[in-house]
Amino acid sequence: MGKLFGAIVAVIAVISAAIFVARIWWLPADVSVLGEGIDHQLTETMVASGVLFVAAQLALALFAWQYGDAGDARPIKIFPGGATPMVVIATALVGIEILVLSFVGTRIWGNIFLTPPDPSALTIDVQAEQFAYYFRYAGPDGKFGTVHPELIDEGSSNFFGLDPAHDTAARDDIISASLVVPVNRPILLRLHSKDMGHSFFVPELRLQQDFVPGLVIPIHFTATDTVKKEIVCTQLCGLGHFNMRAYLEVKTEPEFEDWLKQQSQ
Amino acid sequence: MRTKQLSSLALVALAAATTGAVSGPAPIMAGSITGTVTFTGTPPKMRPIDMAKEPTCASQHPTPVMTENVVTGPGNSVEYAVVYISAGDAGASPAPSTPVRYDQKGCQYVPHVLAFQTGQQLEVYNDDQTSHNIHPLATVNPEWNKSQPPGAPPIQASYTKPEFIAVKCNIHPWMHGYFAVMGTAHFATTANDGKFTISDVPPGKYTVTVWHEKFGTASQEVTVGATGAATANFVYKALPY
Repeated sequence: MGKLFGAIVAVIAVISAAIFVARIWWLPADVSVLGEGIDHQLTETMVASGVLFVAAQLALALFAWQYGDAGDARPIKIFPGGATPMVVIATALVGIEILVLSFVGTRIWGNIFLTPPDPSALTIDVQAEQFAYYFRYAGPDGKFGTVHPELIDEGSSNFFGLDPAHDTAARDDIISASLVVPVNRPILLRLHSKDMGHSFFVPELRLQQDFVPGLVIPIHFTATDTVKKEIVCTQLCGLGHFNMRAYLEVKTEPEFEDWLKQQSQ
Repeated sequence: MRTKQLSSLALVALAAATTGAVSGPAPIMAGSITGTVTFTGTPPKMRPIDMAKEPTCASQHPTPVMTENVVTGPGNSVEYAVVYISAGDAGASPAPSTPVRYDQKGCQYVPHVLAFQTGQQLEVYNDDQTSHNIHPLATVNPEWNKSQPPGAPPIQASYTKPEFIAVKCNIHPWMHGYFAVMGTAHFATTANDGKFTISDVPPGKYTVTVWHEKFGTASQEVTVGATGAATANFVYKALPY
């Protein structure tokens, strides 16, 4: 029985590892400047934890194969020193591994969440609400109108609560249901939520950030390819959560300028 | 809408006698109130609706549909204004037995403003290949919201009190319309040319009110003679913002 168990554990471990090594069901192609660092970090983590996983499983298989109960009434052998030193050593090893991975990963995390974006970044406001995203560009005057949440009126397409009657900066703000950005230009998104927790997730940008009502959360990225990808909500936000999505459209600079002009007409 | 216009008492009596539609003594229904709703000034610009997130709806609109809060027509006419007799009506009129139909089509409410009587059956259809969740924001009547997947049977509802009820979809935030629940049988919604006709109005003195979701309400006194048609024109002052 021990031999069968050992063989099954070994086979499962090898197949699981092979799926990752062969990159079956891998991440979608990365289209962002920061994505490379994230992918690198992810690979390091996978290798480190993968090697330990395979080694641990094979050791388990070996011990089950070699020392499994063969029905010959051998006395049970105890690990030298008892279980305590084994648990302490295992915890320390795993702890060190996690600390090292965290330490190495801090740099890439900091690049995304703790480093301010390039000063030339194009700023776009994002409003998440049940169950859609809306994006706001400053318009030709380069100024965002002030937001008044009490003026939000979806029926009139006033998704951000602008007050064009009194606020001249708000009059030319461009509102879009798709996130259209120029390629190779830093983009700063300011995430607002109208009602509850939502999430901004674009796997191809390697970017995922929650919206929190009452907070304006900045995130930034630079897209490196002209693609059209889905933005999906990954926080369960109610009945229509399954349908909460928008599109990220990365255009060339001239195409983007044309699009902006079209929108402001 | 009520386009039937009877011009004399004799016609009414004849119609009642030949069709048997009216039992008992024929009510006096002689006049009508017609008019046009227009605006002066600059109305707000309507915005194109981006339905990219709902491809089955977006594909139904080769050119983007616009918001319908202020729909204007030739000669500064105002569409989707509800004109009704707000005072002077003699007694409550029973609701028609025919239901009114409200469609969710191409992720829009059709018509944008639906006027019907208290007690009248309302049927809400989902003509789309996506789920909707209709949510009439009633404050005087009980408020409800109901999900309706594609192919589901129509939602049945009715209201007991007069109210203008904004309607939204809890899934598609741009969807927006109005129910105008009327306490009278004498009402009409303006067409794109701003014209309306309230028919079957007995002779008398009435207050006629117009309602529009952005421009608000206005009223005037109208006298309907024994045989004639009365006129009530309304002019809104429009602001761009």
